Amino acid sequence: MHPITTAHYVALSAALLLIGTLGVLTRRNIVIILMSIELILNAANINLVAFSRYWGPENMNGQIFAIFVITVAVAEAAVGLGILIALFRNKETVQADEIDLLKW
Amino acid sequence: MDVILFLLFAAIAVACGVNLVVQKHPIASALSLVGVMGSLAVLYLLLGAEFIAAAQVIVYAGAIMVLFLFVIMLLNAGGEPKTPGKSRMAGLLGIPLMAVLLGLLSYLVQRALPKPAGVTFGAFTGGKPYDVGKAIFTEYMLPFEITSVLILIAILGAIVLARKEID
Amino acid sequence: MFANYLPTGAEYFRLLPEMILTAAGTLIMVLEPLTGYRRKRFLGHLALAGLLAALWAAVVAYSSPGPAFNRLIVVDGFATFFRVLVIVVGILTVLSCWDFLARHKAESGEFYSLILFSVVGQCVMVSANELITLFIGLEVSSIATYVLAGYLRDDKRANEAALKYFLLGSFATAFLLYGVAWIYGVTGTTNLVDIRQILESRDVIHPILAVSTAAALMFVGFAFKVSAAPFQIWAPDVYQGAPTPVAAFMSAGPKAAGFAILLRVYLTAFGPIDQSWVPFVWTCALATMVIGNFAALAQNNVKRLLAYSSIAHAGYIMVAVATGTAPGAAAAMFYLAAYAFMNVGAFVVVSHISGRGERKVNIDDLAGLSSRQPLTAALFSVFLLSLIGVPLTGGFFGKFYIFKAAIDSQLYWLTILGLLTSAVAAYYYLRLIVVMYMRPAVDGEEELPPLGGGLKTALWASALGTLALGIFPSAVLNFAGASGAMLVR
Repeated sequence: MHPITTAHYVALSAALLLIGTLGVLTRRNIVIILMSIELILNAANINLVAFSRYWGPENMNGQIFAIFVITVAVAEAAVGLGILIALFRNKETVQADEIDLLKW
Repeated sequence: MDVILFLLFAAIAVACGVNLVVQKHPIASALSLVGVMGSLAVLYLLLGAEFIAAAQVIVYAGAIMVLFLFVIMLLNAGGEPKTPGKSRMAGLLGIPLMAVLLGLLSYLVQRALPKPAGVTFGAFTGGKPYDVGKAIFTEYMLPFEITSVLILIAILGAIVLARKEID
Repeated sequence: MFANYLPTGAEYFRLLPEMILTAAGTLIMVLEPLTGYRRKRFLGHLALAGLLAALWAAVVAYSSPGPAFNRLIVVDGFATFFRVLVIVVGILTVLSCWDFLARHKAESGEFYSLILFSVVGQCVMVSANELITLFIGLEVSSIATYVLAGYLRDDKRANEAALKYFLLGSFATAFLLYGVAWIYGVTGTTNLVDIRQILESRDVIHPILAVSTAAALMFVGFAFKVSAAPFQIWAPDVYQGAPTPVAAFMSAGPKAAGFAILLRVYLTAFGPIDQSWVPFVWTCALATMVIGNFAALAQNNVKRLLAYSSIAHAGYIMVAVATGTAPGAAAAMFYLAAYAFMNVGAFVVVSHISGRGERKVNIDDLAGLSSRQPLTAALFSVFLLSLIGVPLTGGFFGKFYIFKAAIDSQLYWLTILGLLTSAVAAYYYLRLIVVMYMRPAVDGEEELPPLGGGLKTALWASALGTLALGIFPSAVLNFAGASGAMLVR
């Protein structure tokens, strides 16, 4: 059978990037938008780890970068959900199109 | 074996990803995201990145998803009203366009790699916790230290944004 | 084998500003619960002291320039210039926020800590020599700014501003990250200098295409950070909803740092393939100037007007980036310095007149300001004239050098459009001055409070900076020229 190559991982990552982007652009629920952004970060991580494997064991940059990306994702999720809670206390909604005090 | 594992879990990841985006209720989306994280962890294992696979399960599927679920429960965020046709039209036009574009780009990236892109699994010695730890605490000590500032900011942010009131 | 990686004393010395700022921010966090509500100003003074110490450290760190921490960061003239700039913006923000926070009964140590940590992130960004460090610095700076935008958490508009900024910002940085991953995949390195060498050494067609796609993906993230079209939509809403001192900070500090990494990545790492990225920077510059200036014409809210004006100024700086040359980089650096002073100054005035709850932010609320507070009106006019680009102000020389660099690089269309849109811009800035000086104050208007000490210092410092850059530009320009040349070495 045809062996799995780095290109397969890149293609999978592109697919997840596409799905995540569509999620951000089409959904109204802010929690789901946030999860779609997490999906895009994961897509980038697949690339990083696959490329790190491709460049061999001496080149750890990709894997290290992926770990930092996970950390950043945690911080982003914590702050994003904090902002959402603050907004919900004042407005009682999590739908993006009901957030309209400022003109878009 | 490798091929089957890859195809199986890649398919699960994509299916869960699609499910995340189309589900009405955020809880269902969150569970799909757990599915994506889990199958990605297997794919990282195939690449020999043991530490990242573990971190993926513990941090992403564990911590982040619990945070998400907690907030969904707290806000009691239900489903959303039906999306108007406009964004559906955008999806119908946009999906094939972007799929073609991304397929093309992935092909380009693969062609751009300077040596043949074959990956044979197993016997890869670059992703054990020892190797990762060594790299983080020697070559990449500086970003590691700066992430501590990032975590301080996350703590501060949670305090500032979610506490009861400023007085 | 670990000994090779032990940082030397000189390397720690090069990181001194970041270390001082982090220590000060953490100290404020620790002291926050120990200070009573009426004593919070003390924490503000502490933040100011930390920033001043960091300013000193950034200057003395330049006495031993060079890379540090395994070449992850580099302290050169370029990094020092921007470190000083973002720290000065931090100082002006802290000075100008005291009255505002007291008026909204929202003074707390967390605010100062977040400002300090955001400046740490910007300092790391501008001195990063490598994409991992650059990304972490960018995230430190942005996440702190997301929180600051929503700092007044009982204000619905602030909630919305923070949410919009956060959603669009993390979406854009996710794209940036995706581009970075591809760059790493194609070149096998994340070090900017190594990327340049690899791109110079190979001239096959496919890597060029893949790298330019990655460059385009990264540009999405950078363009968002500097609010350039078509990723500028967040700016007016966020500037309007965020607390005014935070809007001042966002429009100057993160923007300067964003342009710094844009310049460093594109001129240093992607310098060899400039024919592939100049076209989209060119288009972006054009669209940003047109959208920013024409949308500003229609605004009645001064904060929104300044937001669109800050978009327009990002367009002028993009023109300098589009030259892709060392003189262009120097012009962008000079412009960012002048822009920081005049724009922060203008926002400080708005924060002063806006009143409690920030209700008085319409152009009509400026009526009769010249008779109510002549000093404020005069200083505001200085900032506005500089934003127009009138001679003897920093804005004039900024525009002059940018368009000179553009003409030298044969970017005639961009120059012509830049000059035309600047003429349009003169209209909406002058309108503010006319309202301040020609229209009488509305009767029954409650008295403006006198300028507080912090506000006064911030205003005078910004005005002096604006005028100094307009009267003696050569010192700053020479420094910028020398360090800009280092980027394309």
